[in-house]
This record gives sequence, structure tokens and C-alpha cells, in this order.
Amino acid sequence: MATEFIARGADLELVGIRKEFPGFTAIENLDLKIPAGEFFALLGPSGCGKTTTLRLVAGLEQPTVGQILIGGKDVTDTKAYQRPVNTVFQSYALFPHMTVLENVAFGLRQRKIDEPLVKAQQSLDLVELGHLANRRPAQLSGGQQQRVALARALVNRPSLLLLDEPLGALDLKLRRQMQIELKAIQMEVGLTFLHVTHDQEEAMDMADTVAVMNKGHIEQMGAPEKLYDRPKTVFVSKFLGQSNLFVGKAETPNAATIAIDVAGNKISVPKERAEKHTGTIAIGVRPEKAFFHEEKPNLGADHNLIGPGEIIDIRFTGVSNQYLIEIPNVGNVTVFAQNIGKSPVIELGAQVWVSWKVEHSFGLADLPEVAAEHEPVA
Amino acid sequence: MAIAAFGHSGGAKPHKSSSPSRGSGKVALLLLAPGLLYLAIFYVAPLFSLVLTSLQTIDYSTGVPVYQYGFEIGNYVNVISQYGEQVGRSFIYAFFATIAALLISYPLAYFIGVKARRFPLIQSLMLTLVIAPFFISFLLRTFAWKQIFSNESWIVTTLQSIGVLASDQYLVGTPFLVIFGLTYNFIPFMTLPLYTSLERLDIRYLEAGADLYANPRKVFRKVTLPLSMPGIVSGTLLTFIPIAGDYVNASGLFLGSTQTSMLGNVVESKFLKSYDYPTASALSVILMGVIMLLVTFYVRKSGTDDLL
Repeated sequence: MATEFIARGADLELVGIRKEFPGFTAIENLDLKIPAGEFFALLGPSGCGKTTTLRLVAGLEQPTVGQILIGGKDVTDTKAYQRPVNTVFQSYALFPHMTVLENVAFGLRQRKIDEPLVKAQQSLDLVELGHLANRRPAQLSGGQQQRVALARALVNRPSLLLLDEPLGALDLKLRRQMQIELKAIQMEVGLTFLHVTHDQEEAMDMADTVAVMNKGHIEQMGAPEKLYDRPKTVFVSKFLGQSNLFVGKAETPNAATIAIDVAGNKISVPKERAEKHTGTIAIGVRPEKAFFHEEKPNLGADHNLIGPGEIIDIRFTGVSNQYLIEIPNVGNVTVFAQNIGKSPVIELGAQVWVSWKVEHSFGLADLPEVAAEHEPVA
Repeated sequence: MAIAAFGHSGGAKPHKSSSPSRGSGKVALLLLAPGLLYLAIFYVAPLFSLVLTSLQTIDYSTGVPVYQYGFEIGNYVNVISQYGEQVGRSFIYAFFATIAALLISYPLAYFIGVKARRFPLIQSLMLTLVIAPFFISFLLRTFAWKQIFSNESWIVTTLQSIGVLASDQYLVGTPFLVIFGLTYNFIPFMTLPLYTSLERLDIRYLEAGADLYANPRKVFRKVTLPLSMPGIVSGTLLTFIPIAGDYVNASGLFLGSTQTSMLGNVVESKFLKSYDYPTASALSVILMGVIMLLVTFYVRKSGTDDLL
């Protein structure tokens, strides 16, 4: 059996996966391909089906319909213990009755690998916990347990490593540190990582490819920069960062752009950045790409301008200030201004105009649920 | 240490708080006083009296037994030489009945505590069924088994006709039936602690085992079984100890015969029939001593203090 395990990462393919539980459908119709050696993140809110997807890959659940292929081999009907896959569980699930070293050696012993304890010790050294080998899991801190769980999975050199929100229980500082370490380990060992998380920053920071999941299907998939720059749906635009959305009837003033009229303001988007070209469409912009002006500026056709509005909230977040601007008949618009000492000194109640470059607009395929409102959602 | 085995498993041991001040020490002593007093009156004093009685001599010269306090160690020598067979039988029966109860209870407790977890109704129904026999007197239930396995019962005649039993062989009075009765009567004491332990078993550990290449059999041996060890230890203690002292099942009035009499039957007859208090007391002290030794050894050996 041991020969079946390959030292390098393998690709993962999910074909037409559907998973039903009594009373609800967790995954509707999922097709996914993760190339070997990639760090892939499944991002979504709780209940979106991302953990179910991971459990299907691990073999802890059976799909209702569909196929799972690891390294080109169909493993749909293969039991969990026969799959060349290891998981770092959200709760770590370290065996409480074994020492840390025995926990790490567990998988090696099951596969009858030579010198399990030596290899387990090496794996613990890799996560810098070699000196705690003889402790019980309960005697370790959360961060240490997390690293033991990682060592316990990595020591088996699985073709595919599954990470089920393994950093969720850690505090922010430790989480950042573990993110860097995880990424470094992944590059070093060259394994395929499938990381499930609801933390958009974590997903964008670590993954080569991010798939945003919602209600049992993948909304959008791609490199983090691309997803952030050009979200295609309302859900992605709001789940991955924040967005200001405007809704209006599409017009085509010239061949290159599409425009909508929002309470007398013309908002444009380049045609190639719009998913939908006709009918009522939603156009958005990221808050950090928008600027405000105390006097109506004179800008060319390459800028969108909206206003005037009133500043109704200012939030200081350290690196930036977040301004909430209420524009009559339009709604609230959020603008982030970096605290680089240059941002204008402005107070609550001030009257401002908001502008951004047309090329920073993005056109969405669907509409926000309450079309009348333009409130950004964090 | 026997008590520790019934405790909660998992988690680190809480650290002892820093040394309490003198005032709180007095309060603690005061709060403990009723319990200590109770133990002194109802446990230590009778135990002391039992040990004293076991060392008495009996003077039959007047025709009526007269008990004299002495230091008659010879009572113990007599008891062991005379009733060694019954003492040995008690522990052998207790051993087999405990093993049988464990083998029956574990799958049952596993089903109730793990498999039926998502169906609370089935869970509580099954738990009720486990303790339902307690609603009927222990003696009646044991007697009912005697009826069921009586010499003229269809079970015995069927077993005879298919050749499992010879035509002059019966079940009542055999060690088999005594162990059967002991197993039956003490199964709830095994099932309940096992259930408590298995009900707490975190399924995620089993999934982690499967994820780490252990097949279901290995997962059971390496994960489920060690994690349910506290339940196994308390269950076996709760059955073994009372079984070793039981005198109902092995009695000739119920499922046994003179060939199956256990230590408890001797104690009963000495205390209540021949009024030989020193012999009965010496036997009781021996029973207690052996059980304490076995339990200490067992709890140490099973390593459950590690899990607690």
C-alpha cells in the first residue's frame, strides 16, 4: 500500500459533485480542478458547503452524485483511510491519550513506515516543537496544538493536504505568523494544499487560487488579485473586501464603455470590465479606489463623479480612515483614505463629491438584493 | 484510587490552588465534619468491629456459643483451608461474569452512546430499557430465570434433544447458569458507565484516525478503546466487586447448587444459620482485602489515572 503514496503533490479534480443531507443540499453542482503543487483556498461564509467539500475529498463523506479524482485516479468509492490525503482539522483532533510524538507517528505506524518515531521527531522539529515531543496535547497552547496537527499531517507526505480552517482558533498575531509558516512549508514540500477558510484576508494572502463559495456552488474562481480587482457577482464583491454598488439602466455612450444614470450622475465602466451590457446593471468600485473632494472637481471623461453628499461617519482604523458619505437619492458611499499625512482634514457634516477612475469600476452579473440601497457591506 | 476511575476524563488536571489560609482551612474542616462523622460511624466503626469479630474465639462448652474477644489468627488459617474453594470460585465466577458483561455491554453502550447520538428518542428509550429490570425485584428476576431454565423447561428439553445436554444433564445448579445469572443481573452496572464514557467520545478523533490511514478495526483499537478506558474500568469495578460478594445467584434456592456456592453463600450461612460470627467475619475481611488488592493492581495496570 505504501508504494501508492507519491512524494509530490497530486492534482485534485471534482466532477459534478452534489451532496445532499437529510433536509438540505450542501453542495449543488461542483466542478473543480486544482493543479498539483498549488495552494488553493475555498473561501466562503459558514454553511456555504466548503467544509463539506473538504470532507468529501478526505473521504469522510460520500457524494450523492459525482466523482473525485486525486492524481487522475478515481477515489470516489475509496475509504478515507485508503486515500493519499491528510487533514489538519479545525479542532486539530489530536489524540488526547497519546504523546505529541505518538500523535505524529500515528499515520506512519499505520502504513508500517520504517522508523516512525525518528520521522515524527523530524516533522516536529520542522514546526519547531521537537522539545515538546513527550507532552500530551492538553498540555500545549492552541498555537502549538495547531502546529502538531500540521506536523501529524505533513509527516505522511500526502499527495494532498487538506486544511479545515486550521488557523481559526488562533489570535491575530499567531495567525499571521502561522500563515507565513504554512506558506513557506507548502513551497518547501511542494504539496497540493486545499485550504478552507472564511477569512478573506487569509485566503488572499496565502493562496495561489481562491474559489469563492456561496450556497453550495462556486461563485468565482481565480488568482486573489483578479478576484479582488474584478468581482463578477454582488456576493464576491462584498465577501472579498468591500464595495460600493450603484444600480441603473445601462446605456452605451460609446463603443468602449457602458454607463448608468444614478440620480443624475453618470457612472461608467469599461465594457471589458462589465459582465452584463444591457438592462438594469450594477456597477461597483472599491472604497480605497474612490476619493472625495470638498469642491466639485473638473474631471475628464475618464473619471466617474458623484455628489454632493454629506460625511456622516468617520472611522479611524490605523492605516486608513473610513469615511461614510450619504448622497441624497443614491445612498451611502464608503471611501478609504490612507493615513499618509496627505489626506485632507475633514470633519463630520462636510459636503463632498466622490470620484474614481472609470477603469476602476467593475460591472456585475447580478443585482444587489435591495436595488434601491447602495450601502456598502463590510 | 477506585473512586478516581469514576471521574471525568479528558482535559488537563486542574492545578491545586495556592495554599489556603488558616481560616479557610478551618471552614473546610467544618464542612467536611458531617461527612467524616458519617464515615466514622457507619464505615470505620463497623469495619473495626468486623475485624475484631473475625479474631474472636467461640466457647461451645455451655452448649450455647459464647464469643470471647481474643487474637485468634487461626480463624483465618481455618477459613482459607476450609473455604479456599469457595473463595477461589467467587473470583473465577466474578471474572467470567465481568468479561461476559463487558462483551455484551460494550456494543450496546457504543450503539446507544455513539450510533444513536442523532436520535435522542431512541437513545433515551434504550437507556430506559437498560435500567428497566431494576423496576422488578432482583430476587424475582433471578427466580424467573430459574423457571425459564428449569429441568422441565422447553429450553432444557430442546437442548437435550439436539444433544447439547445429555439426557440426565440440566442447567440449574451448573456454574454456567450461575455465571449467566450474575452477568444478567449486573449488566446495567457495566452498561451505564460505558455509555457515559462513549457518549462523550468525540467522533472527530475517529475521523482523524481514519484520515491517518487506520482502518475501522485499528481506529477502534487505537482510539475508541483507549478513550473509553475510564468507562471500562469503572464498569468492570462496578460489576466485579458486587459479583464477587453475591450470594443470591449461586444459592441452591436460585440458579446454583452446593457445587457452585461462592464466598457470599458461606458468609450467609455462617452468619445467619450457624451463628459462627468469627468465621463469617474472617471471610468478609478476606474478600475485602483481596478485592482491594485486585482493584489497586487493576487501576494501576490499566493506566487510567493517566486519562483522568
